[in-house]
Amino acid sequence: MSAHRICRTVVALLIAAGCSTADAHTPSQDGVVVTLAGSTSIQPFAERWAEEYGAGRVIVQSGGSTAGIKAAHDGTADIGMSSRSLVPAEITGLVQTVVARDGIAVIAHASNPVSGVTLAQLRSIYAGEITNWREIGGRDLRITVITREDGSGTRDAFEQFVMDETHSITTSALVTAYSGGLRKMVSQDPGAIGYVTFSQLNPQVRPLAVDGVAPTEPSIADGRYRLQRPFVFLTRGEPTGAARAFIDFVLSGPGQQLAREEGLAPVAVQ
Amino acid sequence: MMMMMRRARAWAGTASLSDELIERALLFAALSAVSTLALITLFILREGLPVLLDRGPLAFLGGVRWAPGRGHFGLLPMIAGTAVVTIGALVIGVPLGLAGAITLAELAPRRVRQLLKPTIELLAGIPSVVYGFIGMEFLVPLIRTGGPLGGPGYSALAASIILGIMVLPTIIGISIDALEAVPQGYRDGSRALGATHWQTITGVVLPAARSGIVAAVILGMGRAVGETMAVIMVAGNAVQFPTTILSPVRTLTANIALEMSYATGAHAQALFATGIVLFVISLSLNALAGVVRGTHRGAAG
Amino acid sequence: MTLPRLLPPRVAQRVASLALWIATGATVGALLFIIGFVVRRGASTLSWEFLFASPRHSGALGGILPTVVSTFYVSAAAVIVAAPLGVAAAVYLAEYTKESRLTRSIRSGTEALAGIPSIIFGLFGFAFFVTTLGMGWSILSGGLTLGLMILPTVIRTSEEALRAVPRAYRDVAQSLGASKWQSIRTVVLPAAAPGVMTGVVLGIGRAVSETAAVIFTAGVALKMPWSPFDSARTMSVHFYTLTMEGISDDMAYGTATVLVVTILVINITAYSLMNRLTRKYR
Repeated sequence: MSAHRICRTVVALLIAAGCSTADAHTPSQDGVVVTLAGSTSIQPFAERWAEEYGAGRVIVQSGGSTAGIKAAHDGTADIGMSSRSLVPAEITGLVQTVVARDGIAVIAHASNPVSGVTLAQLRSIYAGEITNWREIGGRDLRITVITREDGSGTRDAFEQFVMDETHSITTSALVTAYSGGLRKMVSQDPGAIGYVTFSQLNPQVRPLAVDGVAPTEPSIADGRYRLQRPFVFLTRGEPTGAARAFIDFVLSGPGQQLAREEGLAPVAVQ
Repeated sequence: MMMMMRRARAWAGTASLSDELIERALLFAALSAVSTLALITLFILREGLPVLLDRGPLAFLGGVRWAPGRGHFGLLPMIAGTAVVTIGALVIGVPLGLAGAITLAELAPRRVRQLLKPTIELLAGIPSVVYGFIGMEFLVPLIRTGGPLGGPGYSALAASIILGIMVLPTIIGISIDALEAVPQGYRDGSRALGATHWQTITGVVLPAARSGIVAAVILGMGRAVGETMAVIMVAGNAVQFPTTILSPVRTLTANIALEMSYATGAHAQALFATGIVLFVISLSLNALAGVVRGTHRGAAG
Repeated sequence: MTLPRLLPPRVAQRVASLALWIATGATVGALLFIIGFVVRRGASTLSWEFLFASPRHSGALGGILPTVVSTFYVSAAAVIVAAPLGVAAAVYLAEYTKESRLTRSIRSGTEALAGIPSIIFGLFGFAFFVTTLGMGWSILSGGLTLGLMILPTVIRTSEEALRAVPRAYRDVAQSLGASKWQSIRTVVLPAAAPGVMTGVVLGIGRAVSETAAVIFTAGVALKMPWSPFDSARTMSVHFYTLTMEGISDDMAYGTATVLVVTILVINITAYSLMNRLTRKYR
């Protein structure tokens, strides 16, 4: 009997709490909710954009760039998010809107004296050919290679720029499915090397210059830092209605400012 | 009894629902578990069999390279990873688990056992992600920097230790049941012949409970093989054969969980095929445990 | 099987006892340490705001309310599936059949289901509920999947509880004129209720702590769910994400604390229920 009453009280409390929180469910002007799905790299930014746009009007799912492209094709999402370039076969029927540029920063432990690598060195390190930091002028410390998992858009972009036919990422590399996690792992292991999106950089890790160019917002925006990729919103045909409104917001001054605050390089405002 | 008299008055003259109908419905419910099993088998096979047959099971199981981006679907490194981590977990979990079970079943006073046994089972309810988290915070840095070990810290060793702790409640719980099932007469007889308590345990009780304990170990093994989250968090997930206990490894479970979010097409099918392998392994272990237990039930008096 | 005599029996006895007690102490100590450590670090994060506010910045700030609500809904869905089905199955096994090939195969099937790794349930749930049945990542998909996962627990515990009810109850009821089903419904089931509840509560505990099966069926959407077809992130999934992304240690510890405390409360409830049952028939 009392258990029953406790149950009812708990449920009532939860419902009350749900209704009273600041972001109570407010339908957008036309009551339509926009669904985005795709790249996990874009997901946190999409969530931030969604927060600013109006909570409850946008739903963000992950699934990866490939899944996002498929979702846009199938219509299971209003907007597909891709952090990698599309192959010609995937482009048909889709309209790509670049909403930001994302650099891929190569990172090492904050205490690592090495400040930059050449592309060739980076390739050799990730292929497992160079195994000790002293081989490139650093400390006598084994290199711990860390990478994202197979299928990740970030890894795809990295492999596209850095690796080649004869060099693939070594099988002894540690693998994580999370960008923030990769950064955390690098910040804890003095011998580690990894790659994350530019927005993930924080004082706990040290970005390395690649071929003499350090990753900064200007160097990404003007293309000098070559390890970069566009964040693309995909729609089946030209975006309309609620999707259009959201994309317009993202490309607007406040939307792009938000992007810059979060660590992306903006695109030209339309 | 009064309650039943009152109910009897309610029963008298009540048109009873067709008892047969009820029985059918209940039978249907009882078959639900078995049919779920069949359903799971069906769907995992449906998704995973095509790529398995296409590449050939031998190439799939024996392939040494897993690189879905380039079309390589070799599971052997992950099979090795699962094997190493599971054996490591048993190396830690079995001695400690057995020790705990013997202590609680044979040595501890009843009050202590009544306190500790539920405590250990309570602790079995801790989510695996919390175990993994502790592993990441403590174990991995310890292995990497604390002394003679080394390597990246994310390793088969870390996974073995965490898994070993996680299977403890399973092994302890089932072993205690097995020990308690040994008739008291066995112990009394042994003591009457002059054996010490410890000699009785090793010479009489343990052998008698042997099949139950073996079943406990097998089920603990099943739990270790099937664990996903904790392993992903501490094992490193490198797609290579573990060369030492300090090498990062990837288990079958981690393989599925890591890449499932992104996978499409043949890649996704290959992950389901990994699921088939896992499924077969866990069913086999389960069946083995059942057989071992059955033998015991048949043999004992 | 006798061990070689390394030491005189009395000494061996002492040494063995000591070793065993130390091992047991280490085991219990390790397990308690894990809980204690998490709760100690997480307790400082706990506050009304933490429990009742929504997360901001992907969970780095704010609270965890949507995840608490999601956990509740997903577990509720799981129980709605597993409890009726499981108890009905247990009633059949305990009351309507003798030991036969049918019951043995039902039992093996249940045991086998219990041993299947949760990631397989996740795969199955994704292939069946999310994709084939088209439910998408949703509370429904997650709840149904978890329901099937905890089914064996409910069946097993309920069957034990039913078997523990003395024969006399059934005999008397039937001799007073009740049909088989009436006697079960009005006499046996109520008597076995604490044990049956134990199974359900244990199942809930398992559902709350589950991560692998839920990620692939309920999704990871970090928002308040408004319908069973909404995707939802449970506490354990949120904790996992916070940890793996390195978003916020404090939030992670706080979420873990809520999770651990919830599960402990659930399990303690289950055990006290079980004690009530066994005490009745002592």
